[in-house]
Amino acid sequence: MSSRRSRDAGGIRGREAAAGWLFTAPALVILGLFLALPILMAAWVSVSDWRGQGSPFSSSVGFVGADNYRGILSAESGLPARDFGTALRNNFWYVVLVVPLQTILSLFLAVLVNRKVLRGRGFFRTAFYFPSVTSSVAIVIVFLFLFSGSGAVNKSLSWLGVNGPNWFADPRGVAHVVLGVFGIDGAPALLSDNGFLSLSWWEWLAGPSVAMSALIMLAVFTTSGTFMLLFIAALQNVSGEVQEAALLDGASGWQRFRFVTLPLLRPTLFTVLTLGLIGTWQVFDQIFVGTQGGPAKTTITPAYLSYTSSFLNNRWGQGAAIAFILFAIIVVLTLIQRWVLRERGVPKRKRYVPDAAVVGTTR
Amino acid sequence: MTTRAPRPAAIALATATVLAMSACGGGGFDEGSDPTGQASGPAELTILIGSSGPAETDAVTAAAQAWSEESGNTATVTAAQDLPQQLSQGFAAGSPPDVFYVSSDTVASYAENGSLEPYAGDLSNVDDFYPNLREAFTVDDQFYCAPKDFSTLSLIINTDSWAAAGLTDEDIPTSWDELSAVAEQLTTPDQVGLTTSTEYQRLGAFMAQAGGGLVTDGTATADSSENVEALEYVQSVVELGAWSFAADLDSGWAGEAFGNARAAMTIEGNWMIGAMSADYPDINYQVVPLPEGPAGAGTLTFTNCWGIAAQSDNIEAAKDLVEFLTSSEQQLEFASAFGVMPSVESAADQWRADNPDFVAFLDQADVAVAVPNQVGVSDVVADLNAQLEGLSSGDPQAILDSAQSNLEAIL
Repeated sequence: MSSRRSRDAGGIRGREAAAGWLFTAPALVILGLFLALPILMAAWVSVSDWRGQGSPFSSSVGFVGADNYRGILSAESGLPARDFGTALRNNFWYVVLVVPLQTILSLFLAVLVNRKVLRGRGFFRTAFYFPSVTSSVAIVIVFLFLFSGSGAVNKSLSWLGVNGPNWFADPRGVAHVVLGVFGIDGAPALLSDNGFLSLSWWEWLAGPSVAMSALIMLAVFTTSGTFMLLFIAALQNVSGEVQEAALLDGASGWQRFRFVTLPLLRPTLFTVLTLGLIGTWQVFDQIFVGTQGGPAKTTITPAYLSYTSSFLNNRWGQGAAIAFILFAIIVVLTLIQRWVLRERGVPKRKRYVPDAAVVGTTR
Repeated sequence: MTTRAPRPAAIALATATVLAMSACGGGGFDEGSDPTGQASGPAELTILIGSSGPAETDAVTAAAQAWSEESGNTATVTAAQDLPQQLSQGFAAGSPPDVFYVSSDTVASYAENGSLEPYAGDLSNVDDFYPNLREAFTVDDQFYCAPKDFSTLSLIINTDSWAAAGLTDEDIPTSWDELSAVAEQLTTPDQVGLTTSTEYQRLGAFMAQAGGGLVTDGTATADSSENVEALEYVQSVVELGAWSFAADLDSGWAGEAFGNARAAMTIEGNWMIGAMSADYPDINYQVVPLPEGPAGAGTLTFTNCWGIAAQSDNIEAAKDLVEFLTSSEQQLEFASAFGVMPSVESAADQWRADNPDFVAFLDQADVAVAVPNQVGVSDVVADLNAQLEGLSSGDPQAILDSAQSNLEAIL
């Protein structure tokens, strides 16, 4: 397809291609050197027995095939596989809760501060955006204080008569805690004897630990502002005429939001969900600064595990393998999400074009 | 023709990539595999330390300078922000520091991948090091690196709380029963009797006192009845309400809870001396040996050594430097500068004379056991620590069983 098109455009304009390559060369070289090359090196490390000694391309480093991958996926390898399963479980719950919450909250905030009648809009916009421009390390440290056993959060909870947990020291899974309230303390044999990736289904169902829940709140708090900004930009693109037309048709406020505004926001929604999905699967800094994987490994994530196995345990192959599995997970989930959010009733050719104009013309 | 235009560019890029990769490859390989690449003439050594603070950095820098003047070589000291990470980067890049700190639980992992030069057996003062410290840095019968100093765990008592509870020197606990009794007596609404962290690096002392340990003569013994007994004892005192773990007292470590007077006793090492005078100068305290368990006295020891990189070009000069740094006189200087205990027996008497209040730390050197140093044990201990966080309500046998199966997988 593309080659035919470029052939059609050829002839007299042939030299333009060379010039194009010349002008993009600096960017290509930089990307190749600092992006493509490290990725290729990491790919090699993930199938080699390199132990962090000298160059991974030296003759003493051997090819071990899928051994590193087997080491973290096969239940027979014991601790590393269990750690990886735990990390995936932790991160899964983190993603499942953070992505929808931050998307809803940021959309809500955007709609709120986009209203022309709101007094002091500029102030609120700045206030909501502020956490996003603050150093995440600083925010994590503030949260560590807020959520300490005798911290501000538990103090406020005590006014409501609630005895708050010792957040960052509490490894109990939230779902287990809730089930415990209803008197379900152990798992049925079906759940505890079977499992996936070295963890029993009962452990998978634990939900995020109390400590992870605090990190989930932190993530929602810090990222909502950024995504709010994206939504505001999109909302300002929704023309007043469309709203007026809906108003004349007798649509209520909610109907206008649900059937007019929201469909027009679909491209932005796609962006926000994709960025959210990628960002949350890669969560690292909050873990590194805040909890170091504790309590009881309930906040280790694949990204953090990749770091510790490489840098602290000198198992670089395994660290790289974890990174590639994480990469695969993100790509697959992004594709699934793209498919779910695709434009229905649009000619196939135009389906994946995230362009508001397409949406507008088909309505 | 125009369709071909991208090809030369793509080929050029690919060639550049391959060249860059092979360039990356060449350097490290040559340095790493050439055993005769020793430099001649005055050596320039780099020393990377994981410093506890300016006092340690200054003392090591001064010592390195003194050696430089004496030997005609030069030695530069760098305090690492994150020692394991910076070391890993150095090794991967083929340019590690010549001399650096290595902790006893990571020595095997560095030894296994060939990072460390096994030099310590050649030192002239080799027999002066404490035998259990030598063992901590011995991997496959090779004594890899010279212990630079060490710490042991002792019982630290807040003397004001002790007096307020009507206790005297007679009451200093010498058995587990006495420990739980005084802990109970010291517990008030504002203050718990005893605090520690939940990690193996503290509770392991009780396993040693019960006669247990994670690894005995190279075999996994984590699920032994002695270890279970130790953890059940800890649980029983916790159930009495006389022992709280540091995290439950909102403290990052037990010393913080002790310093804030939220606990009357704690079990920590000699780093407490510096921490107490720097952060909590108003707390009066006393250091006594840990009580004896069913199998007698026991405590844990922690130690670092002076590692020398196998890739170093100046191994001989580095050995000379380490000999200087581990000499009795120099270790006593370090001891007075930042409160460590010398790793050589010849410095013990002088250290006792200099630190009469803290002799308990040194007196336990003979009964102290090091954390096992086999490759992968640090992961098992990390996993054990994760499970020990749930000790107050957990089943000691189940916790130790899982540590046992993890240990069996790596030994």
